[in-house]
Amino acid sequence: MLMESPRKDYMIMAIFTAVVLTMPLWTAPFGASYPDLLQKFAIYGIFAVGFNLLFGLTGYLSFGHAAFLGVGSYAAVWSFKLLSMNVLPAIVFAILIAALFAVLIGFVSLRRSGIYFSILTLALAQMSYNMAYSVLTPITNGETGLQLEHGDPRVLDFAFGAEETAGLPSTNLFGLEMSGWPGFYFCAVVLILAFFLSLRIFKSPFGLKLRAIKSNQNRMMYTGYNTRPHLLLVFVISGMYAGLAGSLLAVTDPLAGAERMQWTASGEVVLMTILGGAGTLVGPLLGAGLIKYFENIFSAINEGVLHSAFSFLPDFLNDFLTFIVAPFVGEGWHLTLGALFMAVVIFLPGGIMEGIRRLTGLAKRTASHRGGKGSARTGGPAHSAEG
Amino acid sequence: MSDTFHFTRRGLLKTSAFAGAALATPHLFTRNAFAQGNAFRNDPSNKSTVTLGFNVPQTGAYADEGADELRAYQLAVKHINGEGDGGMLNTMKPLALQGNGILGKKVDYVTGDTQTKSDAARAAAKRMIEKDGVIMFSGGSSSGVAIAQQSLAQEMGVVFMAGLTHSNDTTGKDKRRYGFRHFFNAYMSGAALGPVLKERMGTDRRAYHLTADYTWGWTQEESIKNTTEALGWETVNAVRTPLGAGDFSQYITPVLNSGADVLILNHYGKDMVNSLTQAVQFGLRDKQVNGKDFQIVVPLYSRLMAQGAGENVQGIVGSTNWHWSLEDEGSKAFTKSFGQEYGFPPSQAAHTCYVQTLLYADAVERAGTFYPPEVIKALEDFEFDGTGNGPTLYRGADHQCFKEVLVVEGNDNPSSQFDLLKVVKQVPREQVMYDPSIFGGELGPYEV
Amino acid sequence: MDAFLLQILNGLDKGGAYALIALGLTLVFGTLGVVNFAHGALFMLGAFVAVALQNLLTISKQVRDESVTFFEAYKETPYLEIWLGDTGLAIIDYVVPISIVLAIPVMLLIGFVMERGLIQYFYKRTHAEQILVTFGLAIVLQEIIKAWFGANPIPMAAPDAVSGSAAIGSALGLGDAVVYPWWRLLYLLFTLFIVGAVFAFLNLTTYGMVVRAGMADRETVGLLGINIQKRFTLVFGIAAVVAGLAGVMYTPILPPDYHMGMDFLVLSFVVVVVGGMGSLPGAVAAGFLLGILQSFASMSVVKDVLPGIDQIIIYLVAVVILLVRPRGLMGRKGVMEA
Repeated sequence: MLMESPRKDYMIMAIFTAVVLTMPLWTAPFGASYPDLLQKFAIYGIFAVGFNLLFGLTGYLSFGHAAFLGVGSYAAVWSFKLLSMNVLPAIVFAILIAALFAVLIGFVSLRRSGIYFSILTLALAQMSYNMAYSVLTPITNGETGLQLEHGDPRVLDFAFGAEETAGLPSTNLFGLEMSGWPGFYFCAVVLILAFFLSLRIFKSPFGLKLRAIKSNQNRMMYTGYNTRPHLLLVFVISGMYAGLAGSLLAVTDPLAGAERMQWTASGEVVLMTILGGAGTLVGPLLGAGLIKYFENIFSAINEGVLHSAFSFLPDFLNDFLTFIVAPFVGEGWHLTLGALFMAVVIFLPGGIMEGIRRLTGLAKRTASHRGGKGSARTGGPAHSAEG
Repeated sequence: MSDTFHFTRRGLLKTSAFAGAALATPHLFTRNAFAQGNAFRNDPSNKSTVTLGFNVPQTGAYADEGADELRAYQLAVKHINGEGDGGMLNTMKPLALQGNGILGKKVDYVTGDTQTKSDAARAAAKRMIEKDGVIMFSGGSSSGVAIAQQSLAQEMGVVFMAGLTHSNDTTGKDKRRYGFRHFFNAYMSGAALGPVLKERMGTDRRAYHLTADYTWGWTQEESIKNTTEALGWETVNAVRTPLGAGDFSQYITPVLNSGADVLILNHYGKDMVNSLTQAVQFGLRDKQVNGKDFQIVVPLYSRLMAQGAGENVQGIVGSTNWHWSLEDEGSKAFTKSFGQEYGFPPSQAAHTCYVQTLLYADAVERAGTFYPPEVIKALEDFEFDGTGNGPTLYRGADHQCFKEVLVVEGNDNPSSQFDLLKVVKQVPREQVMYDPSIFGGELGPYEV
Repeated sequence: MDAFLLQILNGLDKGGAYALIALGLTLVFGTLGVVNFAHGALFMLGAFVAVALQNLLTISKQVRDESVTFFEAYKETPYLEIWLGDTGLAIIDYVVPISIVLAIPVMLLIGFVMERGLIQYFYKRTHAEQILVTFGLAIVLQEIIKAWFGANPIPMAAPDAVSGSAAIGSALGLGDAVVYPWWRLLYLLFTLFIVGAVFAFLNLTTYGMVVRAGMADRETVGLLGINIQKRFTLVFGIAAVVAGLAGVMYTPILPPDYHMGMDFLVLSFVVVVVGGMGSLPGAVAAGFLLGILQSFASMSVVKDVLPGIDQIIIYLVAVVILLVRPRGLMGRKGVMEA
């Protein structure tokens, strides 16, 4: 089932690439087609895809993954400050630092499993957050967040003949500024690469071993198989994904704040993954997109917007609908998000991907007019790897 | 779409340095928007309306404060568009606004949720700038968020009018050309409180600080310490407490036997409500130390916090930017409009946001253009009156407003549910002025 | 010495609060195998039972303050005071103790509804799905409270009779400096009482023993013809009541707001896990241990040596304990390790 023809992989990648690169077009009807949000979709998509490598494949639920995101951001901004505004060194540096951090945290946390593992990662990440917010202010600039400053050394830039400008410099890829649309396309390309790597890992013998660990770790160990190195490796890879995402946050917007490491941020990626469908390839991306969409678009709908949206209706109906809908948008966006979490998990065990699978199953069945096996769900959603 | 792809000059230099990296660079990609005459981001010249962005905390601990800010913004937009009773448009002097929008364009607005997190605030602000095309954005309820937003403003070339932010850094170390603050700061709190503390508590006091362990807390601790030590007070101890500690008992009990006779709470929001409630519970307000009544001081007060702490605020001194019970024409006009519209008085956060919006609109009207560098110049060193704090100066050197600061105390006998704070003193602005160079920082260029 | 003693009291007090919240959480973990992220919300709902009662009791006759013309400002006199005079004031004064009585049936009902309406369908689902659904529920509950009561903290006072401080020091011959608020001492006693009651229920009553048997081996108990389902519903109800009562009692210490449950959520999970999954005594012990250590870490003498230690001590201790004792202080083998 896993060793499928590479042709299918290329198909998946081709479709995925097309979908990601055309995002500015097809998100426009949803009011999401502007650089910052699309950047966030891609970046948090990378974060969730990386998280899913750990959680989806091994079942180890890390509740401190945001620590790597934050560390990646700090590392990237420091690279901008000390070395160069070019994004490549920043990204490389961030991934390395995140990997180092992940080795440390993983080495400690992976001594335990289940909820004990979750709490260890949570505790270590919360320690990082609390320190970054207060005591480590010289490194992190605390509450305000680490920013570019005028007197930054940027040794590489100046060595290559750059001059101090009046304003603060922008991040760039050999001259191409990384804000706005170029920033999105850059993140999109990185997302595609990251997704491809995750696809390869899912289908590799390594991925197979990880799944075996998930289904029964004891059995693996009884057969004389040491699972720890594999777990640590995937934990570090997953942490590097988070570091990469963190560095991209800094690339598109050179500021790193401590709240990126808080448990709520760790919880967010857990929610994204489960909401989309843990263990599926595309699910975490959908979850990430949905949560970021709510955070940015739903929160912006105020009563004025509602009134004009319903303006085609008679006044009393307009007022009535505005009155009904208003508590769920704008400042009520949390409420809608919470209700959505519940609805998805109650009606679609296995997340949004399960919903899509059911829909396609239904479509197939109605198309062929046969009952037969159809789309009956077998086993947990986590076992299916198709995109 | 002129700002789609842009290359910096320095970037281009570097491209030549990296000779191998020959990226295809189509010529239609033009450089920075400002280079071409007076073109600038989100120029509303060709539109009939102009859009402002109001970015306030709608979720999290400051949601009520954010809701109040939003009400003030809506009111300001109404007044600028010539609807309603005009509010401070009737009292502000000098005033170029005519009640027909800004430069004849009707004002529209979009809103966002900062969540009191820098990342979320910047994401919401970017949405306003990139998608909704705002020409100015405003709001917020904490200093970290304000600083994060004003550095974004500088990068994007869109003016940011800060909401509630009290850290010295906002117009000090982290000041920006595109960021403006009407609210007062920790230094001014210290300067205003000094004489009142001297008068009420004398010059022989021993102070104990509990300070929220992040940048704002530190700047306030420093400013208040400078003031009290200049009065001759001794600082017994200054203890940092984690943000959101909830239960502060482990920090309060050491105060009991420290020999201190004044407790200074450098906390804001929920932290302040909790630490004050608990300090009173531990009997600090009724205590006698060194033969004097023990006193508690809350340097930064707000009515919403006073409401949360209930009776515990009675008799406790602090400073605030503005209070609805002020009797000058500007305050009365604003309180009246706000009260009639919403049925309760505005908070200080609402006041500062309302005034900021009017000030921006007025500056555009005076500059005769939306072009940000001209608007910024119109705001810099602008002298005005009639906005509730007496004669006010928007100092050009650091974009900080200088105006009267209020010293208030918790009311022992409130005449209504809103009458929680009593104005003790209106400290004139000369007394809270300082040299902008003491905090350092650099504003940066007009054109970005 | 005084400072030391006071910090022990602080630690016990804090530990009591942690233990009480963790107790209900571990009960649900241990018996039902459900990771309940809505437990913090139950704590918050308990506190708002008290707030709602206070709002109800202080419905007031409003006398307009005529000096304010722009909006309607009122001087409020509660009807209870007008009708019953001092008795009315006394009732309002005792709003927190009265709320405790009220909170028991209310929280029991909320617990039953939650278990029957939602949680029971998630016994067999993965922990990840339990987390998602209960987290969603927690958000919905807190947003409803926010829509109704606002986001600002709401002041609640302990009765006047216990609002002062107890002179523990002079009573024990340790000097006058050692004083501690009555309400916090009461909170500690209350914690011990509730913990004792829950333990007694599970260990001394037949009903409770069957529940414990169900915790250990659900299927066998089911085969014996006992309706374990009903008992599990009751257990969830009890957990809700314990959390709710902790919330009510905490209101005079921490003015409640809609987000207070979330603030305690992470901490309570840490306490439960440090105590060991499925172990009630473990949760209580861990609560007190972490509370006391946190208090000591906050002392200036300690902070001068290790700056910021008070911010991370709980997590640090959690990491150390979990590394030294694989299943926390008193955890059983095989519970939630997969």
